[in-house]
Amino acid sequence: MQTYRKVHSYGGKLTLAERMYLPEIFRGLGITIRHVVRNLLHMGEMPTMQYPEEHREYSGRFRGRHRLMQRDDGSPRCVACMMCSTACPADCIHIVAGEHPDSSIEKFPQSFDIDLLRCVYCGLCEEACPCDAIRMDTGIYEIGADNRAAFFVDKEFLLNNTTDGTK
Amino acid sequence: MIELAAATLAKIAFLLAVILGLVPVLIWAERKGSAFIQDRTGPNRASVAGIRLGGLVHPIADVLKLLFKEDVRPAQVHGGLYALAPFLVFFVSLLTYAVLPFGDYLQVGDQRFPLVVADLDVGILYILAIASLGTYGVVMGGWASNNKYTFLGALRSSSQMISYEISMGLAIMGLILISGSLRLTEIVADQGRLLWGFLPAWGVVVQPLGAVLFITAVFAETNRNPFDLPEGESELVSGYHLEYSSMKFALFFMAEYTNMVIASAMITTLFFGGWNIPWLSREVIEANAGVVVPAVMVLKIAVLGAASLLLLRRAAREKGKFGDARDREPGLLGVIFGVLALLVAAGFALKPWAIGPQAASVAATLLQVGAFVGKVVFFCWFFIWVRWTLPRFRYDQLMGLGWKVMLPLALVNLVITAVWLAVF
Repeated sequence: MQTYRKVHSYGGKLTLAERMYLPEIFRGLGITIRHVVRNLLHMGEMPTMQYPEEHREYSGRFRGRHRLMQRDDGSPRCVACMMCSTACPADCIHIVAGEHPDSSIEKFPQSFDIDLLRCVYCGLCEEACPCDAIRMDTGIYEIGADNRAAFFVDKEFLLNNTTDGTK
Repeated sequence: MIELAAATLAKIAFLLAVILGLVPVLIWAERKGSAFIQDRTGPNRASVAGIRLGGLVHPIADVLKLLFKEDVRPAQVHGGLYALAPFLVFFVSLLTYAVLPFGDYLQVGDQRFPLVVADLDVGILYILAIASLGTYGVVMGGWASNNKYTFLGALRSSSQMISYEISMGLAIMGLILISGSLRLTEIVADQGRLLWGFLPAWGVVVQPLGAVLFITAVFAETNRNPFDLPEGESELVSGYHLEYSSMKFALFFMAEYTNMVIASAMITTLFFGGWNIPWLSREVIEANAGVVVPAVMVLKIAVLGAASLLLLRRAAREKGKFGDARDREPGLLGVIFGVLALLVAAGFALKPWAIGPQAASVAATLLQVGAFVGKVVFFCWFFIWVRWTLPRFRYDQLMGLGWKVMLPLALVNLVITAVWLAVF
């Protein structure tokens, strides 16, 4: 039965080379310098993404900033049923309902405010909506402003709704 | 007299320029080097008019940030000591350089200027003493901050530094026995001889155990990973420099890197031959200056030319990659390197192969200074390399290592060296 020299110990007694520290230190130094040389020679293959120039590709399910969908005549699909507002765990959707002249529609949102600072981007509002009126598929994650008021967005802002949010 | 003063001031200015100039480069090297070790890019965004220099502008941005930051002073700190601590640490770290020789001598006319600021009889004792003074600054900073965590950090740091100073001193003892003098110029000159006709008598060759012990001890002295428990980034937040902000923190920060440069210089001077170039002693260089100088010039042209060509190739390939001021950079740098290469090539018009003795002496001095600076830079990289390779020692492991392993080993080294010298 051939016995093998222990190179690495796992939670037991250390081998002589390990107790002397130095051979292991040099092995470690070799590993790191190999990484340095490889990265110097093949800089394009490093996993770092140069952010403003390169963006990460996300799946279709990625939950970005919300948008309100429109009917064919441009009015919001939302019937102010308050399901999204109730479902929201962060209590960030505030809807004030108004009466819609068309009796098959009945209600429409007079104001539809979302506090983007409170939002946890969980997607429950999107799941709760029965009319496909609110979606989180814009893919916008660069949500920044320099004052708190700008994060409190209203119906007009949310109706601005191409999928890349540019309109 | 005037010449002596002027020469000393010039040497001090040169050394300050090298050390303080190396500090931003080291900050850059630490950030980029650690990034490449960890398979990421590191900082590459700070730029001046589109010139990024691979991130070299970032330390300048760091300095500007630290200059303009608000100097927060906690209410209950002990005023004088709190303000004094960072200055003490930085001042002490700069003092050590006074005795380190960075060259043999510079011969101008018939005046020989030794290239060391202060050629003390007790050079090594001076270094050890100054290194011990550094502990005061650390303890002062930690205690005066009126914060139990900084106090703990300072306590750990001072006990670590004191323990490893002993091993440091004993590790050098063997070297002193061999070269027979405490004077650093003599120790470095002694490393220029060849053992058995072919092996340069560098400290690491005649005292391998001493070299290992000294390098480890000096890592502990500078509070550098794997001995950076006092900084304990994940444990004590920042250790003894927690309560400092703005310029005082900048001084601690710079002091750490200055200590690193000093430690590299000490390792180089004591164990790696200082300014000696392995088989090219001064006599050899001066005798063959007609070959050595053109060879060095050709080497420079090759390196600068290669860099220039690579940069120009990249400029042509990546035209319009960014669409803004950053596009100019490879082309501009390629042109600058190309111009430098051409300037060196133009130097051939001065007939370097028929170089006179005065110029040969100066050339030899320049090569020696270049060798010294090169070795110091290599060891600074070594410090950075080790930091991002090894995990940190726990406090009890650290103290156990210092007292139970390194001290006995240093003593054994001393005994073996003494016996060897007595017998042979």
